[in-house]
Amino acid sequence: MKRLFPILSIVTVALLGYALYQALVVAPTDALQGDVYRIIYYHVPSAWTAFLLFFINFVASVRYLARSKASSESAVKWIAIFIGVVGLIAPFLPPVRAKIPAGMEPGAVATTIVLIPVFYFLVGKWFPGDRLDVLALTSAEVGVVFCTIVLVTGPLWARPVWGIWWAPGDIRLTSTLVMWLIYVSYLVLRRFSNSAQTQMLAAALAVFGALDVPLVYLSIWFFRTQHPQPVIGGGGQMDPRMLHVLLFSWMAFLFFGFLVGWSRFRLELLKREVEHAHAMESLVGAEASSSTSLPLSRSAR
Amino acid sequence: MNAVRFLFAAYVATWVIHLFYIGTLVRRFGKLRQQLRELGGGK
Repeated sequence: MKRLFPILSIVTVALLGYALYQALVVAPTDALQGDVYRIIYYHVPSAWTAFLLFFINFVASVRYLARSKASSESAVKWIAIFIGVVGLIAPFLPPVRAKIPAGMEPGAVATTIVLIPVFYFLVGKWFPGDRLDVLALTSAEVGVVFCTIVLVTGPLWARPVWGIWWAPGDIRLTSTLVMWLIYVSYLVLRRFSNSAQTQMLAAALAVFGALDVPLVYLSIWFFRTQHPQPVIGGGGQMDPRMLHVLLFSWMAFLFFGFLVGWSRFRLELLKREVEHAHAMESLVGAEASSSTSLPLSRSAR
Repeated sequence: MNAVRFLFAAYVATWVIHLFYIGTLVRRFGKLRQQLRELGGGK
């Protein structure tokens, strides 16, 4: 494990460097937007990575809440299995298929829904006990960093292309900003609340906050927005060379996000170790003072 | 040509945000390791 981190760091730097080269040199120039469109090679992978991290936060939070009672843990396990089975079948049924937006493949919808129980069981297996809470915190914090990049790079693209920094009332833009605010609130709660219930409250907030994530993703499929149509499927068509660069760039950012998340995870474990050591030291100090003061008090009697 | 400045700004902003965040992680790691050493648990 100690060797894996530096090896992964080198691979990630190489991938990011090559992704940058592809984004700036290899990808063809857009006929309408010119070179400024190349912002999507940072904007879109950052958004997808943020979605993934918020999804992990949601799964870890649900699992953390469920484990408080054996009965609720069992109920949530069966709900996750039910969602997986229904998600696997329903998108292929004609009435449901008719409601799926044009360009969105039923197979892709089924795969996405099946990922919910898959992640649920994997997260529970790999992150037992309090590590679930550490994972939830880690994924939310790194997700906010990626979401911040989305909110910064988006207006920098919009200004030269639309002529405005921000389209007020646009559902994709507004829901993304709301999503960012929800997860910032989550981090503020984690940072400043000293209550014993903080972890539970934060997990509950994360579950409700996660409701905004599909709204952000699906807003450009179901509503008329100023934001461009999806680059994969949907109304938009993308040059295969551009798509290749975009997917490569996402892979590089996934590696980067994983490394940063891993570092943040280790940091949180170290922080809890230090807090535990402080608590033990205080306990030992209290015991020592009581053992020295007890004979005195007896002698005083 | 002017639009390229926005492209440059977006790429620079992305890495400034990432590096700032990594910097905070490194700083927090350093503080915690020092605290752990002071407590006598850091080896």
